Amino acid sequence: MTTPTPIAPQPGDHHDLVENTENAIELKEVEGLSQGRIVLRRFVRHRGAMIAAIVLLGIVVLATTSIGWGPIPGWWKHTPQDMSPIANPRGAPTLSFSGGLVVGEHPFGQDNIGQDTFARVMRGTQQSLLVMVIIGALATTIGIVMGALAGFFRGHLDNVLMRLTDMVITIPVVMIGAILGFWVGGASPVTLAVALSLVTWTSMARLVRGEFLSLREREFVDAARVAGASSFRIMFKHMLPNAIGVIIVNTTLLMAAAILLETALSFLGFGIRYPDVSLGQLINEYQTAFATRPWLFWWPGLFIVSIALCVNFIGDGLRDAFDPRQRRIPSKRKMAKG
Amino acid sequence: MASSLQIPPRPRGPARPVPPVRIATHVRKGHGPPVVTEAPAAQENASILEVADLGVEFYVEGEWFPAAIDVSYTVRSGEVLAIVGESGSGKTQSSMSLIGLLPQNGRASGSAKLLGRELIGLKHKQLSKVRGKDVAVIFQEPMTALNPVYTVGFQIVETLRTHFDIGPKAARERAVELLRLVDLPSPEKSVDKYPHQLSGGQRQRAMIAQALACDPKLLIADEPTTALDVTVQAEILKLLRDLRSRIDSGIILITHDMGVVADLADRVIVMKSGRIVEAGTADEIFNRPQHAYTRQLLDAVPHLGRTVAGAPEGSATPALATSSTTATPVTAATGRPESMMGTAAQQDLPAMQAEKLVIEYPSRGRVPAFRAVDEIDLTIGRGEVVGLVGESGSGKTTVGRAVVGLLPVAGGSLSIGGTEMAGIRPKDLRELRNHVSIVFQDPGSSLNPRLPIGESIGEPLKLHKIAKGADLNKRVETLLDQVHLARGMRNRYPHELSGGQRQRVGIARALALSPKMLVADEPTSALDVSVQARVLELFQELQREHGFACLFISHDLAVVEILATRIAVMHKGKLVEQGPRDQILRDPQHDYTRRLLTAVPVPDPAEQKIRREARDALLEEEAVRMGLHTAQRAARTDREAVERNEQRLQSDNAAGDPRRLPRG
Repeated sequence: MTTPTPIAPQPGDHHDLVENTENAIELKEVEGLSQGRIVLRRFVRHRGAMIAAIVLLGIVVLATTSIGWGPIPGWWKHTPQDMSPIANPRGAPTLSFSGGLVVGEHPFGQDNIGQDTFARVMRGTQQSLLVMVIIGALATTIGIVMGALAGFFRGHLDNVLMRLTDMVITIPVVMIGAILGFWVGGASPVTLAVALSLVTWTSMARLVRGEFLSLREREFVDAARVAGASSFRIMFKHMLPNAIGVIIVNTTLLMAAAILLETALSFLGFGIRYPDVSLGQLINEYQTAFATRPWLFWWPGLFIVSIALCVNFIGDGLRDAFDPRQRRIPSKRKMAKG
Repeated sequence: MASSLQIPPRPRGPARPVPPVRIATHVRKGHGPPVVTEAPAAQENASILEVADLGVEFYVEGEWFPAAIDVSYTVRSGEVLAIVGESGSGKTQSSMSLIGLLPQNGRASGSAKLLGRELIGLKHKQLSKVRGKDVAVIFQEPMTALNPVYTVGFQIVETLRTHFDIGPKAARERAVELLRLVDLPSPEKSVDKYPHQLSGGQRQRAMIAQALACDPKLLIADEPTTALDVTVQAEILKLLRDLRSRIDSGIILITHDMGVVADLADRVIVMKSGRIVEAGTADEIFNRPQHAYTRQLLDAVPHLGRTVAGAPEGSATPALATSSTTATPVTAATGRPESMMGTAAQQDLPAMQAEKLVIEYPSRGRVPAFRAVDEIDLTIGRGEVVGLVGESGSGKTTVGRAVVGLLPVAGGSLSIGGTEMAGIRPKDLRELRNHVSIVFQDPGSSLNPRLPIGESIGEPLKLHKIAKGADLNKRVETLLDQVHLARGMRNRYPHELSGGQRQRVGIARALALSPKMLVADEPTSALDVSVQARVLELFQELQREHGFACLFISHDLAVVEILATRIAVMHKGKLVEQGPRDQILRDPQHDYTRRLLTAVPVPDPAEQKIRREARDALLEEEAVRMGLHTAQRAARTDREAVERNEQRLQSDNAAGDPRRLPRG
């Protein structure tokens, strides 16, 4: 055999060469990126989630700037409580698309006493979003702490915390929410949101507990313990970031559920009450007008559905982005081109 | 050398023609021209599979990346073709493309003809007729490849009834027959068992039975023994060798272990970066390797007996025989640990000393406590490397975890550099962790995926307040240098590194506090053989430099041989044998040690054949002895039973028959 060996004789070269070929193809996709950047990139490529994020952002901007937030005035000419002369017969919406977009004086219409529906819907959206964000943040925090403690320490603490969770779960949320809401709901949307957080953290606690139970068997937890880390550090520095995927996803689902819960309570009259406005409360207030003035019904409904859908879509996108096993497979046509 | 070409005699089955040694493969050697090697043919068998210019590509980020390029080979009936290469060499993907099992973003090109029928480009429906019937696959992990909610029998019956018009009763009979074929104990009962009720080796046997269900023309075995212990691996290899003589299929054996290849293969293909770099008969590859990469792969396999044979006598550090160790009085009752850095007298203490050490997994509910480690005595001197070997479930990892304080000591005493671990207080344990550390088995799991590796390495230093800020950075860089990783890697995340690199990070973290006692828990068993060789090299180098004492846990005696000066053998929670390396390897006393020794495959077909026969003889001898034991015991119980009966009869007679009393 005269064939020379084509591989360089340097042993060091061999090593690098060989080690780099290992799982090289899988690595092409994530080369030089941190975990956060990978997640962001996957999320941006999720079309549904991106559209939902933009729509939700639009709703937030519209709701906060149009009628203003607190003492800051907005650009819209009416306030939710203003009563102005009826523009169209029966206060029908002035918004029309015949011959170009016409906004008019009352685009979403007016009710029987001349209040501007657009202003009222914007105010309701603000309240509903506020409730949603507070419940999202507070219930998530309670759930994480409960679940993390139960999952990490197991034993008696786990039993106590999980039985407490079971107890909260067995009571229907709407019922307990109605009672709590009845006591404190009249005060302000913030107290209502805090009260609702106290009954909606259960799913998060169970999820985090499950995640922690499986994470604590992973060797890096043992490695951290051998390195001398305290239980607190292991829980919040090592394990929590690894559970962040499910936490974020569940938070979005929780927020979508929260907005529906607030709507349901307000509709039943146990949530935010007159003269303050929320989307559910609007529907409640106008339920008798459905046959004569349907716009009073449609607009708040449209906003409830859009917000809940958007948040759900974003959660969907986040779940896909956080799941490393979920690889985006390009279409056959696209692959054929490449 | 001529004897190595002989086919080993087969214990069972009909006589079979000698497998062909004729090679008609297009061999591409690096950049050289294709070479056709023609070896003299003993006898020509019908070729089953002809693969020509097979290519596999993956679509990633708008580009096609090749995983296999111009792969050509032929498989004949009744022969074993081994495809050897490291992870990522394309050996698995090129074989999986034959039956259309590529990921969605993959595509195959070229041609693969199974008995003249083209497989590449077949529609899904036609392919599913080929899968299982004409081509069957034995997967690496029998636990994940078998469905845990169905019995083994059900899964075999399902395969049979999918492809043949066969009644449930007949299919079940056939399933039992298949399980008998693969030597599963009491097949009539095993057929109704769920996968979790079988041991790892038995599961793999069931998997093989399922693969054989439809008499496939071609059997693809994808690393069939990588997930198994050495002793179980030897059994499965024996089964595969037996099967080869009993069935008429061609077998493609995919593996990275040259030892397995030496045991089984007729012909060998060596793949690297998607290309075939060398092809030839087993004899050619092992005795006259042409390509540098093949030689590198061969050198990487730890060759049992090589170190011991080459080492001059008495080079090993003076071994501390446990029996003669001046045992320090154990203060388990008071549980007061002495300072690690104490007086000069304590400097002479061994790095680790276990006396009648018992470790238990506590009872949970109705499950009783499980004694994983049962009264073992083991001593490790300062700077000494002791190998702890045994199969999975023998309790060796449990010992390692107890040493670093991850598991409590249930009985006896375990002293680490003078600190008693039984009943240790948390504060003392934290202090002790300055001096002990562990390298875990799976580097993919032991590094926090959300932390950059620099932070992982620096964490022990930070937590023990030894270094911070710029000093910490410098220490981390030094550690990276020591394990031969680029300093720039410190900001990378674990998923961006290869398996070997990750394990280097694991070692760097373990060395961060310059421990006096290091536990290495199978640090290389999750790695490819060639990567393993380099990690072991690095480990030796670091041990020389730092001089830490080490408990090296492994199931592979060949690996332990390279590193350890003394070896302890564990079996079912007990220490069955320990002694200096040479003694254990040359003159093992315990049956289990002997079995373990003969189970390790060596990368040399001729030598492997001798070892294999020695192993069979040993097992037979043991079986005979066991049989004798059983026979004796049975006889004894019989005798006892007879005696008991006699006694009772006598007492009955003495007391008179009680049943008669009322009448009397």
